[in-house]
Amino acid sequence: MPVVLVPGVLRAEAGGASRLEVTAAGTLGAVLTEVGERWPMLARRIRDEQGAVRRYVNVFVDGEQAGLETAVAPTSEIQVLPSVAGG
Amino acid sequence: MTVLLAIGTQKGLFLAAGDDERRTWQVGPAHFPGTAVYTIGVDTRGPRPRLLAAVDSSHFGPSVAVSDDLGETWQEPETAPIAFPEDAGAAVERVWQIVPGTAAEPGVVYAGSQPSALFRSTDGGRSFELVRGLWDHPHRPQWGAGFGGQAIHTILPHPDDPSRLLVAMSTGGVYRSGDGGETWSPANKGIKAYFFPDPWPEFGQCVHRVTRDAGDPDQLYAQNHHGVYRSTDGGDSWQSIAATLPSDFGFPIVAHPSRSGTIWNFPLTADSERHPTELRCRVYRSTDAGDRWEPQHVGLPDGPYYPVVLRDAMCTDRLDPAGVYFGTRAGEVFATNDEGESWMTVAAHLPDVLSVRAVPV
Repeated sequence: MPVVLVPGVLRAEAGGASRLEVTAAGTLGAVLTEVGERWPMLARRIRDEQGAVRRYVNVFVDGEQAGLETAVAPTSEIQVLPSVAGG
Repeated sequence: MTVLLAIGTQKGLFLAAGDDERRTWQVGPAHFPGTAVYTIGVDTRGPRPRLLAAVDSSHFGPSVAVSDDLGETWQEPETAPIAFPEDAGAAVERVWQIVPGTAAEPGVVYAGSQPSALFRSTDGGRSFELVRGLWDHPHRPQWGAGFGGQAIHTILPHPDDPSRLLVAMSTGGVYRSGDGGETWSPANKGIKAYFFPDPWPEFGQCVHRVTRDAGDPDQLYAQNHHGVYRSTDGGDSWQSIAATLPSDFGFPIVAHPSRSGTIWNFPLTADSERHPTELRCRVYRSTDAGDRWEPQHVGLPDGPYYPVVLRDAMCTDRLDPAGVYFGTRAGEVFATNDEGESWMTVAAHLPDVLSVRAVPV
């Protein structure tokens, strides 16, 4: 099953978990939709209410920067990382 | 009774506890550190004040956190408390204002957002729904964005009639509803928009803040993007009250909590010179509804002073004599417990102050 790696700053929104196993596969969008159903507070930190990934959040699939249409395999690792931004 | 001063900053919310005389203040550590708090709603209709903090993470988006124990603990719903429905095709970028409804409608709380939209809660601010009547207004495609973004920053429920509601936005101006938000009309007659070819448009004004008189709910005061105005007819028309101010530019304007005709603002030189007039840190007060203004500065910093006060960063409390509070973008917070005759420093060296609210405790 694909695994979502949760950054430390968002683990409270995932019940403290650093790794979330999901059943959805196919695309990153499908995975994030499942995240939204199971961990809604985590999901709304990652995407806005129209489904767009927030500007300063980056999502990688197997180490490559990904968009919602990026393919996700059953063995994929999805990494959520806040971007380097702020002042 | 004294005051807990809630201070929203660019990097967290600070709570300052005043003593019984409101002379000394103990500032606590940051709540939501690193997260901007653009506004704070204070709902005093229940047994204890409810705080509603508009928290805005630059990375993870906006939300509203609620505390029923004066900031000891905060709760956030699992799902986004303020969000556009899918068919609206928009996403909330920031929450600019949170205001409880009237005493006649417990549980009702309003929120104003960027982009310009009004949301209504019936569960005390834990979840909100878009007010469609304003979102679907035919003027909306023509509303513009000020430098801070396009947002509804002022929400004034009518204290005697829950069906009457006034909002203001930058840019777009003042709009009113007389049917609980179903329909809306612009209310900008007399407010100048010098930045348009026609400086007296029906809508499009850059109103920075509107406040309501303590004694007469149909008497309103507006600090505009150049222009300070009074309405004595609930917004049907506006007249300038800037004649004796050193400048008609600024952001906040607040009304005395109980005395009709008394208001304060913080003039800045001009939109192209955003610093206090004559580089002096001075609040201006009028006790006759804006006909005459007087500076108040005893206890405020001397010498050249550059920081500005944002629209949500000035407030009053409900005590007698009234306290007035303001914070600056240099992270200072000042207070008066004698209606501006003398001022004291509540806090310094905070992040940019975005909002202040006096919580009765």
